[in-house]
Amino acid sequence: MSDLHELLLLGVVLTNFWVLGTTRLSSAIRATAIQGALLAALPVALHPGWSLHIIGLAVGTLLVKAILLPTFLSWAIREAAVRREIEPLIGFSGSLLLGTIVVALSFGIAQRIPLPESESALLIPVALATVMIGLIVLTTRNKALTQVVGYLILENGIYVFGLSQAERVPFLVELGVLLDIFVGIFIMGIVVFHINRAFDSMDSTRLTELKD
Amino acid sequence: MTPWPVVTLVMVLAVAPALPGIATRTRAFLTGRRGMPVLQLYRDLAKLLRKNVVYSETTTTVFRIGPIITLATAVVAATLLPLDGHAALLSFSGDLVAFAGLLGLGRFALVLAGLDTGSSFEGMGASREVTVSAFAEPVLFLCFTVLVLATGELSLAGMLGERLAAVWVLTLPSLALTAVALFMLALAETSRVPVDDPGTHLELTMIHEVIVLDHSGPELAMILFASALKLALFGALVVSLLMPRALLAPPLAALILLGGLVAMAVGVGIVEASMARLRMNRLPQFLVAAGALAVVGVILLLR
Amino acid sequence: MILLPMVLVPIAAAAVAYLARPLSLRLGLLVGTSVLHLYAVGRLWNGTVAPEVGGWLAIDALGLLVVSLVSVLFLVIAVYAAGFLQTEPPRGGRVFVSGLLAFLSAATLVAVSHHMALLWVGMETTTLALAPLVYHRHDRRSLEAVWKYLLLSSVGIALALLGTFFLAAAQTSGRPLLLEDMIAGSGSLQPALLQTAFIFLLVGYGTKMGLAPLHAWKPDTYGEAPSLVAGLMAGALTSCAFLGLARITEITMAAGQGEFVQPLLVAFGVMSLVVAAAFMIGQSDLKRMLAYSSVEHMGLLVLGLGLGGVGRYGTVLHLVNNALIKGLMFLAVGNVVLVTGSSHAGAARGILRRAPITGILLLLGLFAVTGSPPFGLFLSEFTILNAAIGQGHPWVAAAMLALLALIFVGMAAVVLEMIYDPPLTEAPPVRESVLLVAGPIVLLALVLLLGVYIPPALQRVLTEAAWGLGGGGAR
Repeated sequence: MSDLHELLLLGVVLTNFWVLGTTRLSSAIRATAIQGALLAALPVALHPGWSLHIIGLAVGTLLVKAILLPTFLSWAIREAAVRREIEPLIGFSGSLLLGTIVVALSFGIAQRIPLPESESALLIPVALATVMIGLIVLTTRNKALTQVVGYLILENGIYVFGLSQAERVPFLVELGVLLDIFVGIFIMGIVVFHINRAFDSMDSTRLTELKD
Repeated sequence: MTPWPVVTLVMVLAVAPALPGIATRTRAFLTGRRGMPVLQLYRDLAKLLRKNVVYSETTTTVFRIGPIITLATAVVAATLLPLDGHAALLSFSGDLVAFAGLLGLGRFALVLAGLDTGSSFEGMGASREVTVSAFAEPVLFLCFTVLVLATGELSLAGMLGERLAAVWVLTLPSLALTAVALFMLALAETSRVPVDDPGTHLELTMIHEVIVLDHSGPELAMILFASALKLALFGALVVSLLMPRALLAPPLAALILLGGLVAMAVGVGIVEASMARLRMNRLPQFLVAAGALAVVGVILLLR
Repeated sequence: MILLPMVLVPIAAAAVAYLARPLSLRLGLLVGTSVLHLYAVGRLWNGTVAPEVGGWLAIDALGLLVVSLVSVLFLVIAVYAAGFLQTEPPRGGRVFVSGLLAFLSAATLVAVSHHMALLWVGMETTTLALAPLVYHRHDRRSLEAVWKYLLLSSVGIALALLGTFFLAAAQTSGRPLLLEDMIAGSGSLQPALLQTAFIFLLVGYGTKMGLAPLHAWKPDTYGEAPSLVAGLMAGALTSCAFLGLARITEITMAAGQGEFVQPLLVAFGVMSLVVAAAFMIGQSDLKRMLAYSSVEHMGLLVLGLGLGGVGRYGTVLHLVNNALIKGLMFLAVGNVVLVTGSSHAGAARGILRRAPITGILLLLGLFAVTGSPPFGLFLSEFTILNAAIGQGHPWVAAAMLALLALIFVGMAAVVLEMIYDPPLTEAPPVRESVLLVAGPIVLLALVLLLGVYIPPALQRVLTEAAWGLGGGGAR
């Protein structure tokens, strides 16, 4: 059971906890960069057959999730001079606890999903846990940039799930997905930058002008 | 009964004081300083042993027996671990509770001794120390839970012995998580960065150093030695988890343990060099994170 | 080979438009591309088109409907944009026209894609292409709107991606994720995974459609985006999102999961009607009002889909009507904003006196959008109501009637006030530019036409599409 991909998936879970537990935005971004690198290594570890599809996927993921996006997000926080997440909706210890509960849940759910032959027993539970932890970060943190990080983690979880179907989804489509995610986060980053300039803060809780 | 448990125990007792030195030296090296000699603690201990003890007028016997109990519990706890990879000096079913209890007792004695001085300063330190241990002990038990689930054994010697070597490959992800949790726990239990800063005497940040402020002479030496020994014990736990040595010859196992302990100390130094001390109100979070890792380890096994 | 160029030409035009300096050249590209696109759509109507790119791109009745709607609406909006951008230069600069063209490309991709993952790529691209346009005014309110839009839509669409992967996992035979193969092999789809996939896709594409309770971004975004962008979103983007939901419904219905799927759709439909009615009463900003109206119409679409039977025909007809009327209403409101500087009932008044054509358009549009005869929406809403009764849901029918009446009252209060109340300050009527009123008039004519006469060709396509929505099978 303890092959390379199991350890990589474990690393993904650890980076999730890292993001849940850290107050520093730079640290959270570093965690997503490491997670991106782990995700890039995953397809190679799961399908050792060096096909063009797998290598392309790994290189694309590495480029987008481990290098470009973290670099861009780091640029955004440097420009905006925001360092810390302050007073999230659920405290850091609380979200860590919630994270463990979510991981436990995912393992429970994954056993019930009648998925066909999966390369790794950990793949589905880790994917579900990552999706849910991404949602937790997205919904309980106030800084717009942390929410972007949460979205990125959510996407990473879906990517892990997608790896269980890697042979079924054509390469071209995967590239399209990667590109879309990249552009999406890029635009979000730009918006965050503007929010910071217009409101002197990256706090999304200040965005309250529009309501009924 | 082979002589190896005794030999390795003596070895661990002998090298324990070098570990904080290695950690501090690593930290100094990484931050561009030279740092104190690796063997500085030995010299400190020798110096302290030659000195007289000074007691505050307000203290009672509780203050005097604190250091003795701390040292004694640490040494007895050491006898429970299968340091040579095969057997421990003392072993019985459920001794993992004894291990945790002994460490807790040592801490308790030290806290009482600190409170006995009647100084509010040391009272504050005692309160902080208890806060940390209140979070640390459940984590330790979670780590043990992983081991119990993985091996089905209830004694430390059993679950770190041959059974572990047999299931090691199958449970590596869980064990790796537990090892990380134990490493974090070691930082908390032995008052290293990011939980505490052993190099400071600034009242705002101290935890451990505050309690022992009034101790002097040989009694301070006991405390310092016990603290170093605790680092070695947690180190031995981590090494045993990551490298089960039950199938190796005892001399080789002892050598691996030695190397592992040094590596652990270097690791502590690296952490200290790369992290800042956490604010007091963020300490629980650090330990909760360690606990979360252990829980994930448990979940992986329950699957 | 026609479908692939329909996707690629607009995106190429978007790139050229970004590089082109003079405004007139960019506008020429915009209008030219949309005319070309409409011409290509005309070719699609006149003859069968073979699947392209290994079956990934193909055209069927429903896809043809959506791509036609997108094309017609886009041409109208392109012409309107030519008038609008000359009045109010975009602060976003060159991005504006490029964003519109990129949207056309992505929306076409959604409409003609028969590969569920490719459809997802198109859908995400539509979201992203319009984001810079929402932020057109570069102020704090539009910033807040674009942030909510991006975040909620992105999360929704991410869940849709998860659903797509579940769909891939459910499939055991045929080419992966290809619509035809999934429907043909629907017997071998794994039910549990298919249901999970449906839920994720319903939530995901439902967020893009703006079904309650996933509609939170909609009033803010429609309220702050430039009217023509809001019109494009309410008419074309929602149609694409509905198509995404329709595709998965086709598959699940074909797999015989109707009992699982239909109650969910009905629940979302009724919920959307309730929420829309609740928020439309007392709403004084016309653009936000129209956003809730869009929630209402999306609710009607899934309601018809969920009721089944003749309701499916009502849904496809309503899809057409909704796209046209939403384009009309938002463009008319856009004119109101150009004349009075606001879409708020307190500030924008006396429209009939200050801009007579726009005022009449608004008045007729009000009756059309609330489903009064003789406009097309009456026909489609009546068909859906009919389905509710015919399929044994009298309570749904009763609720639908009551809510539609409420919505009419809420909407009429604001629009009539805007049209008839005396202006705050006396000002002479403005000369309304042909570019700004021609499009809405065309749309109004189409909605009116659909209320009294449905051309046979369209009738054939509508019936075919409704049949497909039921999962195919016996006619």
